[in-house]
Amino acid sequence: MLRRKPGEKHRIELTVNGRRMAGHAEPRMLLVDFLRHELRLYGTHVGCEHGVCGACTVIIDGRATRSCVRYAVQCDGAEIRTVEGLAAGEDLNALQQAFSRHAALQCGFCTAGILMSVTQFLAETPRPTEAQVRDMLSGHICRCTGYEGMVRAILEVAHSSAEA
Amino acid sequence: MKPVAFEYCRPDSIEEALELLVEFGGDASVMAGGMSLGAMLNMRLVRPRAVIDINRIAALAETRREGAVFETGATLRQADALASAAVAAAVPLLRLALPHVGHYQTRSRGTLGGSAAHADPSAEIPLCLVALGGEIELRSRRRSRRVAAREFFHGVLTTSRAPDELVTKLAWPAHKPGRRYAFEEIAQRLGDYAIAAAACAVELDSAGKIAFLALGFGGIEDRPFAVDAKAFIGAKAAAATFQALVADAASKTTPLEDLQASAAYRRQLMRVLGQRVLQRAFDESARKH
Repeated sequence: MLRRKPGEKHRIELTVNGRRMAGHAEPRMLLVDFLRHELRLYGTHVGCEHGVCGACTVIIDGRATRSCVRYAVQCDGAEIRTVEGLAAGEDLNALQQAFSRHAALQCGFCTAGILMSVTQFLAETPRPTEAQVRDMLSGHICRCTGYEGMVRAILEVAHSSAEA
Repeated sequence: MKPVAFEYCRPDSIEEALELLVEFGGDASVMAGGMSLGAMLNMRLVRPRAVIDINRIAALAETRREGAVFETGATLRQADALASAAVAAAVPLLRLALPHVGHYQTRSRGTLGGSAAHADPSAEIPLCLVALGGEIELRSRRRSRRVAAREFFHGVLTTSRAPDELVTKLAWPAHKPGRRYAFEEIAQRLGDYAIAAAACAVELDSAGKIAFLALGFGGIEDRPFAVDAKAFIGAKAAAATFQALVADAASKTTPLEDLQASAAYRRQLMRVLGQRVLQRAFDESARKH
């Protein structure tokens, strides 16, 4: 059994975007704060902090999930993917390019979380219907775009990778 | 919106978790998926001395068939239940309800047992368990017991779980050949809390009469409830029967009122959704005959 007192720092080792990383967190530290302030990965955004808006969504052990209602101390040994892992240097991946092409973002605050949801969703559902895409997107709040560009971008990426 | 400082305990076994519940004497929160507890911690609606994280207790994630009962471990993820052929075969009603539970990004972590222990009045999993007449298994250092779902839920976020007890399993009456099911809910947006939800299991006899009928509602009152439908067994499965049944049930409720819906609106939704699920489930039964 693992026990950590209030305020007691626990050393956390985990894999983020394929790289072994480590940091320290007291029990109450949210995973999203750990990613940003311990690991200095500022791509994941902190939105509502109660699991509703979806901005902080990352992939933990193969599941798209909120990082604001997960505590860093729970993630010792986890394999995490964040938005920083999508592009190869300056080269955006196919999904990011499609978001750009279809104006699937404006202010970009929600985008990091949505890209991670979509990444995992397409890995599980490579040829989704539009209804499935909209259902998945219901877990994210975007106040700029009205979602239409996202739906188009996601379907386009799914279709082109299905043909490839 | 950060939690108060708490002690973090991650037991490796059910026994260790039960020890911790005794040690903290009710001042600990048990964390399964954390989809509700995490929000409450972050908003400081709860300020426990300790959080007991049960996610690494392997025994709590198992499912198994025990005769006429299908058991789901407390930390079975909603997404895993949704994808499970065994769950779909044994508890078809749950399979119909799960797509309404939160979102893709919360079902990936949220659990069946956590939803039951949290006891939100609008939650779909407790509603299904109540409608079907399932049970909740609770364990403590003192005893192990099973409580009927219809007695477990006391009110908003309130259950008959004692502070030293852990929800370990949900026990679902398994599907019987001939049963048909339907689930419906109204929410402001996809995946939002249900303003009202209805769930049913039905069976027709060979003469087209009602042989079995279980009907439950969520989001209406401060807890999910099942309707007493005994008077309608043997009645003709027809729209007029369903209308009479749900009108009778609606007249006996005291619906919640909040910013989303008045009591009168919830009562109306109860009549509409109740009739809709019964019609759909009986139509499916009739097609099979």
